[in-house]
Amino acid sequence: MADYDVLVVGAGLAGMRAALAAQERGAKVAVLSKVHPVRSHSNAAQGGINAALTDRGDDWQDHGYETVKGSDYLGDQDAIEVLAQEAGREIIALEHMGVIFSRGEDGRLGTRRFGGQQRARTFFVSDFTGQAMLHVMFEQVLRAGVEVLDEWFVTSLVVEEGRCAGVVAIELRTGKLHLLRAKAVIIATGGLGRVFEPSTNGLICTGDGMSLAYRAGVPLMDMEMVQYHPTTLKGNGLLMTEAARGEGAYLLNSKGERFMERYAPTMKELASRDVVSRAEQTEINEGRGVDGCVFLDCRHLGKKFILERLHQVYEEGKAFANVDITEQPIPIRPGMHYQMGGIKTDVDGRCWDMKKRWRGVPGLFAAGEAACVSLHGGNRLGANSLLDTVVFGRRAGHCAAEYASQEPLKTVSQARLAHEEERIHALLSRNSSGDSVAKIRLEMGQSMNEHLAVFRNQEGMETALRKVRELRQRYDRVGVRDRGRIFNMGLVFALELGAMLDCAEAITVGALERKESRGAHFRTDMPERDDEHWLKHVLVYHTLEGPPRIDTLPVTITRWQPQKRVY
Amino acid sequence: MQVKLKVRRYNPEAENPVAYQQEFTAEVEAYSSVLDALMYLREYVDDSLAVRCSCRGAICGSCGVRINGQATLACKTKVVSVAPHGETITVEPMGNMPVLKDLVTDMKPFWDKVRQVTPWLQPEGLEPEGEYVVPPESMTHLNGVMGCIMCGVCVSDCTALEVDSNFIGPAALAKAYRFAADPRDGESQERLRALNEYGGIWDCTRCMECVEVCPKGVAPMDRIMALREKAMAAGFTNTYGARHAEAFSDSVKEGGRLDETMLAIRTIGFFNVPKLLSMAPVALRALVHRKLPMPSPFHAPIPDVHQVQRIFGRLEKKL
Ligand SMILES: Cc1cc2nc3c(=O)[nH]c(=O)nc-3n(C[C@H](O)[C@H](O)[C@H](O)COP(=O)(O)OP(=O)(O)OC[C@H]3O[C@@H](n4cnc5c(N)ncnc54)[C@H](O)[C@@H]3O)c2cc1C
Ligand code: SF4
Ligand code: SF4
Ligand code: FES
Repeated sequence: MADYDVLVVGAGLAGMRAALAAQERGAKVAVLSKVHPVRSHSNAAQGGINAALTDRGDDWQDHGYETVKGSDYLGDQDAIEVLAQEAGREIIALEHMGVIFSRGEDGRLGTRRFGGQQRARTFFVSDFTGQAMLHVMFEQVLRAGVEVLDEWFVTSLVVEEGRCAGVVAIELRTGKLHLLRAKAVIIATGGLGRVFEPSTNGLICTGDGMSLAYRAGVPLMDMEMVQYHPTTLKGNGLLMTEAARGEGAYLLNSKGERFMERYAPTMKELASRDVVSRAEQTEINEGRGVDGCVFLDCRHLGKKFILERLHQVYEEGKAFANVDITEQPIPIRPGMHYQMGGIKTDVDGRCWDMKKRWRGVPGLFAAGEAACVSLHGGNRLGANSLLDTVVFGRRAGHCAAEYASQEPLKTVSQARLAHEEERIHALLSRNSSGDSVAKIRLEMGQSMNEHLAVFRNQEGMETALRKVRELRQRYDRVGVRDRGRIFNMGLVFALELGAMLDCAEAITVGALERKESRGAHFRTDMPERDDEHWLKHVLVYHTLEGPPRIDTLPVTITRWQPQKRVY
Repeated sequence: MQVKLKVRRYNPEAENPVAYQQEFTAEVEAYSSVLDALMYLREYVDDSLAVRCSCRGAICGSCGVRINGQATLACKTKVVSVAPHGETITVEPMGNMPVLKDLVTDMKPFWDKVRQVTPWLQPEGLEPEGEYVVPPESMTHLNGVMGCIMCGVCVSDCTALEVDSNFIGPAALAKAYRFAADPRDGESQERLRALNEYGGIWDCTRCMECVEVCPKGVAPMDRIMALREKAMAAGFTNTYGARHAEAFSDSVKEGGRLDETMLAIRTIGFFNVPKLLSMAPVALRALVHRKLPMPSPFHAPIPDVHQVQRIFGRLEKKL
């Protein structure tokens, strides 16, 4: 049994930033990750990271306003103010750590445009911004000597006397189960893309942390807000970054029309993502697509420009769609991309409410895509998520270190470990009887993608909920064939599927609850936004028996009153 | 469509833990990658098949394996590109590192090497209030090396590492270059001094293997050559590395061509027998890859060797 002040679960950008911040404040820290830190999904972010730098004539209030408008007024404005105000400082900190941000002619940081924003305020490294940041963050973790437990899979949180007291995790290399005690635990496990099929997310984005916190007693918030990105590849769902449109690429339908002119006359291709995705889906549904896709056209940007600024997109087009984007438009369609919702936290990452308006678990923190502060509300602006990971990762790290300095380590009975051993043993000893983890995952993903996509309605969502509950019953009977301990990936998949089913249920239940259309949640049977009744968050609590418990929480409004949203 | 795979299996927990080949057939799409095929096997045929994967889009560096004998990313290799006519695809774990289970290798030695090059920015003096102001090209220039995803593919097939595990290796050296060439870094001199030691930049045999296999176009060997130039320019001459360069120029001066065999001997020193012996397999492998001239006991000078010697003469006068 090892003891820590602060244990960070997840070593993506949010997790590593949190670990560095906690260590900086003198805490004894370790960061656990089911994959090596640089394999985390933060890598996938291509386009960039937003910040309004005042010395460049930008204003954080503009960034704040556009984030609020992007969120369809569901984002909490106190949190958005923090995000926009602290962004500049964080970008400079990243630059000092070593991130090789692209520069202007004057040698200072350069920007590009991104969707939903009037100004170019997205800082970037060619089109591998996330990767360039993640590797530098890992360099800093090495420099600071933060303990990294890589290829450790967390299976549950330990709660003693109502407070988080540590985690139970499998060391994948040996298959051994460990109990790690900590005064504070930070969850930074990223997104849940695999709940949908297809998705732009990697195979490891399975919502583990959301399920861990949910089962420990923290509500999941805004889970119905699932972002469909406008430009994903048909076959495998991989993403073509928004930077392509930011740099000037067009969207065309089968007639070669720039159809966005009709849906968003001012912002066109750069309207917010929910708007563009709905427009594309409408074109496709009304017969102006080809094979379920519309086109992204980069040709007019010129080969030299594309190779320099959109190199990865170029490579991806060639490798995965057999299209040379310098010569041909590439078929794309809306695809599941990001979870706006997640583990409810306050602006310091706490998963409990100091004012007791909602119930949570003291000692537990969350940051990054796993968390919901709520910044992104109904729809996240492109390039705001990387910013979210560093700003709120740092804040959670600092706050957790402080919390840990005032808390004793709690006694944890070894029975916790034994109990977890038993649960895993059960998975390993069951006979699958023809069913499999993969089949259940696929059926869940397809059903979610059919009924909780760009357009939703009551009947479809009810079908999905029935499906998810039926799959849960099948899951309770499914087993793992690999009986070994070392690198038992079959076991990992099975545990991940359990988490995904929790998330799928929370998403569906949340979506059924929200009786209006807002942001990414668009109901064809209730197409209007209803501020009078639904300017509030939906919270989903896990219950030991029966369906989840639903609650709501008012949206925090500081300076931007809800208005009609036009782009 | 169907694809046939021959996968190298190894289960450390088996009663008799030896590696063996197992044949499979996977159901895939025309656009599928070898990783998709392996995923299919894991999901529908045998869930004990161990392979690392995360992004499936060639950006996380998890899925390095050897496909038909050459290291690469499984997710970046399309099935149809390696088996256009339904050939069987061989998949094995990467080389130059221990295997833990099936296709999963132990990356600890890899990361230890990365640690060896002090892999973080060491800026000089106080941080500026805003960003460092540097020429834009100096940053775009680093895009290439920063593109490294630490997959280990180059290390797997590096011929120098195969014979001398002390060699820092292509990935870590490319990482070292990333800092040595960063105008914000204040420790390039110390970095170059360290890289100039045994195991560093002079141990690369320039076999090109890393350049060929790197899935991200990082071209580690070119970075190593650039580091050599930087080290020489920084005045690190009377060392292991510089001896190598001297031997190089002597060889060309005397024979008008590069005598790779003598080169190794002179660099290492005539009396360093163990090290010399350890070089033998490199030469053999390089031969197989046609990167060395056929051996002959003596290297005959090229016909116009006097011309070469004249060039050297002139150069030496100039210096
Ligand atoms: C294709 C793509 C492109 C994107 N582009 C942009 C962009 O241009 N700009 C932008 O701002 N955002 C972008 N995003 C979103 C952004 O990249 C992510 O939201 C963000 O990086 C998430 O970071 P994170 O630190 O929260 O999680 P991640 O980076 O996903 O890290 C999660 C960590 O948790 C660990 N983990 C998970 N479960 C467990 C467990 N059970 N036990 C132990 N460890 C666990 C993982 O190993 C990993 O280390 C993009 C996303 C995708 C998919
Ligand atoms: S060129 Fe050098 S570093 Fe690259 S594989 Fe060959 S010996 Fe190794
Ligand atoms: S240099 Fe290329 S092959 Fe080597 S680790 Fe980096 S990306 Fe992989
Ligand atoms: S799975 Fe990420 S590089 Fe192949």
